[in-house]
Amino acid sequence: MKRVTRALAVVLSTAMVIASLAGCGGQSTKSNTFKIGGIGPTTGAAAVYGLAVKNGADLAIKEINAAGGINGYQIEYNFQDDELDAEKSVNAYNALKDWGMDILVGSVTSGCCVAVAAESVNDNMFQLTPSGSAVDCIANKNVFQVCFTDPNQGIGSAAYIGDNKLASKVAVIYDSSDVYSSGIYAKFAAEAENQPFEIVAAEAFTSDSKTDFSVQLQKAADNGAELVFLPIYYTEASLILTQAASAGYDFKFFGCDGLDGILGVENFDTSLAEGVMLLTPFAADATDEKTQAFVKAYEEAYGETPNQFAADAYDAVYIIKAAIEKAGAKPNMSVSELGDALEKAMTEITVDGLTGLSMKWTEDGAVNKAPKAMIIKDGNYSLIQ
Amino acid sequence: MKEFMTRNKDNIITYGIVIVAFVIMQSLISAHAVSSLMTGLMVPLCAYVILAVSLNVTVGILGELSLGHAGFMCVGAFTSAFFSKLTVNVITIGWLRFTLAILIGFVCAGLIGFLIGMPVLRLKGDYLAIVTLAFGEIIKNVINVLYIGRDSNGLHFSTKDALALNMEETGEIIVNGAQGITGTPKNSNFAIGIVLILITLFIVLNLIKSRDGRAIMAIRDNVIAAESVGVNITKYKLLAFSISAALAGVAGVLYSHNISSLMATPKNFGYNMSIMILVFVVLGGIGNIRGSIISAVVLTLLPEMLRGLSNYRMLIYAIVLIAMMLFSWAPKAQDLRARLTGMLPKFGKKKTIAEGGTDNGNE
Repeated sequence: MKRVTRALAVVLSTAMVIASLAGCGGQSTKSNTFKIGGIGPTTGAAAVYGLAVKNGADLAIKEINAAGGINGYQIEYNFQDDELDAEKSVNAYNALKDWGMDILVGSVTSGCCVAVAAESVNDNMFQLTPSGSAVDCIANKNVFQVCFTDPNQGIGSAAYIGDNKLASKVAVIYDSSDVYSSGIYAKFAAEAENQPFEIVAAEAFTSDSKTDFSVQLQKAADNGAELVFLPIYYTEASLILTQAASAGYDFKFFGCDGLDGILGVENFDTSLAEGVMLLTPFAADATDEKTQAFVKAYEEAYGETPNQFAADAYDAVYIIKAAIEKAGAKPNMSVSELGDALEKAMTEITVDGLTGLSMKWTEDGAVNKAPKAMIIKDGNYSLIQ
Repeated sequence: MKEFMTRNKDNIITYGIVIVAFVIMQSLISAHAVSSLMTGLMVPLCAYVILAVSLNVTVGILGELSLGHAGFMCVGAFTSAFFSKLTVNVITIGWLRFTLAILIGFVCAGLIGFLIGMPVLRLKGDYLAIVTLAFGEIIKNVINVLYIGRDSNGLHFSTKDALALNMEETGEIIVNGAQGITGTPKNSNFAIGIVLILITLFIVLNLIKSRDGRAIMAIRDNVIAAESVGVNITKYKLLAFSISAALAGVAGVLYSHNISSLMATPKNFGYNMSIMILVFVVLGGIGNIRGSIISAVVLTLLPEMLRGLSNYRMLIYAIVLIAMMLFSWAPKAQDLRARLTGMLPKFGKKKTIAEGGTDNGNE
């Protein structure tokens, strides 16, 4: 009996190995299309972000293909799941390489992006991350960012609060288990020393304790904070706003791009978000023509309102298009040649996108665009002039 | 020699499978005949095999359920990555630094296993499982609040945030709280992974065959009987638990030196991972070392092989896992398999001889 089990185990594992080996025909043949790969979490806790990026890029690629492609070449697209795990992200990268990827849009999250960047530099694969905001993401010369780096957001927020004299005593509630949140907080706190306000309370929570914020809010109130800075994502922020309102605290709230989407939270009383300020590159309710066209197309195609991640990914594809056109690159170039050409072109182009006008890049890979400060007014995001 | 061969036939087959698998895969990789995905998977596969084999020491040999195995892996991963980051400019000989890193991961994880084992092993069964689960989470969370930096004044520690380190401008943050360790030198490779698997197997298989191993198994089978013949229960329980933890630490070293971004997330070092390792052991057969190796390989490859299914991937993976578990271990399924193989006598017989293993543990 046991022998039979063993025999079957051997047969099954042999079959798997053969199946896995059969799936690869060595190097892919170069075709007449640009192959763009994407990596992000489409399952698990962060699936919202991964799916948004997947759809945002998909929408842009469909538009470009319908309009005749880039320099006449069509784009093929393949998005792989990384389950929010750095190791799986590297596996996804390798799977995309087997598929014949020329250019990578990803990874969506910072930690995964750092791990993938360490691999992609060996192939000199051109990598543009829509939302990996940690500085380590762009440490290699082949990686560029669409979103702001975390330090820029932290410094930008502190400077904005200081310059506009929004408050003299500030409390911060941040997620210490999240790279994005703790990254922004670290720079915010450093920049705050140069600003005319004081951080009176810095309260952390972790991904395991993100439902009850009464302690943090109590501390902020006890220390006399006038403004609470929330460098976190909108799900937790909506809870904080609700709990602050029910406890009767009257803080001003200020956030970063993670707060974008707060008006779309189910069962959230959007009147609580009145007067919340956020530094974000994108708001789905913005009135410019480009954003409205994008939001409409996205809602039609995927049945939901796009968030900032979708906009970043949409921009990423158009940035790649601009870089390819600038470099005059062709699909029959090798991955490394393409990488060299695009890395050079990136520093020369200027792109008007959804998430910023006249975006420019330096050789270090960071984007240069003006942050937009929004305020929530009458249940809508509106630009602070 | 002949006697040695007959007595250790089973172990030799286990080593043989690993070596043959290595030779085949390595030659295919050198000939560029396998995909980049498979090539990239080799080191993680080795790490998971070591994890499965090491957990089998606790679950199969000692007979206690542990749900905190990923915590020990985490200790090994972080201590060794910390060491490598710290000495990357001091010890420039790659293999020497990595060997030391492996030893550090082994010792630190073993030590933590020993310390945790002392209070924890007073419990049995379900109670022990819950407590190990808690300790695994504690390890992960402690690492998530740890900030360590280095500047010309030496090392700085903090559990608050990176600013509280009070470092000079030129200082370098090595462990950055939840952001973990970035830029660990990539020292792991397939050959080293295989050598570590062989060393793990050597330790575990010899432990099972040794006097100590028999004492540990006696505790598993009947504590009272073992105690009555003078077996030191505490000593042997701790021995098995520490060895298991230390080997998990080695797997952590292999893991952390393979990817450049090491973070203690619920995904890689949380209880989900611990349960995953337990699934490897249970599917492969509790106490069956070779089974652990095979199931770790199969279950690690499976989600990657299913990438073609895109969004349905994790769903199908779960279903396949349920099906495999039923197929391997449900009594009815075992009967069915016996009947099916009875109908195909030739096939079954041939395979059995080719595989030719005798039993390795209890089933």
